[in-house]
Amino acid sequence: MKNKNNQKKIKQSILKTTKSLLNLFPLLLGTILLVSLFIKLIPNSFYFSLFEGHFLIGSLIGSLVGSISVGTPLTSYIIGGELLEKGISLIVVTAFLVSWVTIGIIQIPIELKTLGKKFTFLRNIIAFISAIIIAFIIGLIFNII
Amino acid sequence: MKIKNKFKKISGSWYFLIFVILIYFILLIFKQDLFSSSLNFFNEIILKIIPIFILIFILMTLTNYFITPKFIIKHFKEKGIKKWFFVILGGILSVGPIYMWYPLLKDLKNKGLSYGLITCFLYNRGIKIPLLPIAIFYFGWKYILILGIIMIFMSVIQGIMINKLITNRE
Repeated sequence: MKNKNNQKKIKQSILKTTKSLLNLFPLLLGTILLVSLFIKLIPNSFYFSLFEGHFLIGSLIGSLVGSISVGTPLTSYIIGGELLEKGISLIVVTAFLVSWVTIGIIQIPIELKTLGKKFTFLRNIIAFISAIIIAFIIGLIFNII
Repeated sequence: MKIKNKFKKISGSWYFLIFVILIYFILLIFKQDLFSSSLNFFNEIILKIIPIFILIFILMTLTNYFITPKFIIKHFKEKGIKKWFFVILGGILSVGPIYMWYPLLKDLKNKGLSYGLITCFLYNRGIKIPLLPIAIFYFGWKYILILGIIMIFMSVIQGIMINKLITNRE
């Protein structure tokens, strides 16, 4: 009986994983197609002019872009990884990655409704600032290493 | 009416994919060189990440098998530092879309879970164990390990800050 239950649970887990990956499929494929197009269409100099300059402004823009981006963390790793290969600094890519996975514009309405205005506002602002701080710590550590 | 309902069932992400394919179709007609170079780059990325997806599938299945909301609620009842530890672990191991967790967090807040612990939980959801293979592939294990440790540390600081700024009665 216990074995049967276990088998059922395993089947359910596999089904759930398959379902969530299939749900991701169109968004992931579309994003990779779009990233490929942007990488080929936009010259390297554009990325540098957008993110480089003063590292504080670069990380601020990185964090801002990450905050308003919608999608799974998987997408952020692919975009961040490709940006890094393009030569964008680790600080900017880290700010982008961290804000992507910790701040969600799309989930703000439900956060507001369930946990309140003050909490939602404070949490997201603090998370935004944290993304920049984390990016600087990472930059510092990897400069030392 | 039936056609309208069928359209409603199609998720927004499919529309997004169709839109991107349309862009590629336009490129095929007007800018063939950009079309082929972009498609080649797309193939390169896909070939790079396919083997990693097999590992992601296995890790996601294991997480789905072992970590359920019931499991997480059970451990949120711990006290003191242990509570913070389980909230961090809960955030890292929790699966499924975030909107699924908000009603549960509201319920836990009403039962006494502080705003700080909720903040800590939400922040640690940014660390995804099943997606580690692809993160390591792009950034290396050293970077991911250090980033993970800093994020956990920052989640606790944020939790403490939120606890100071808001009380549960608010």
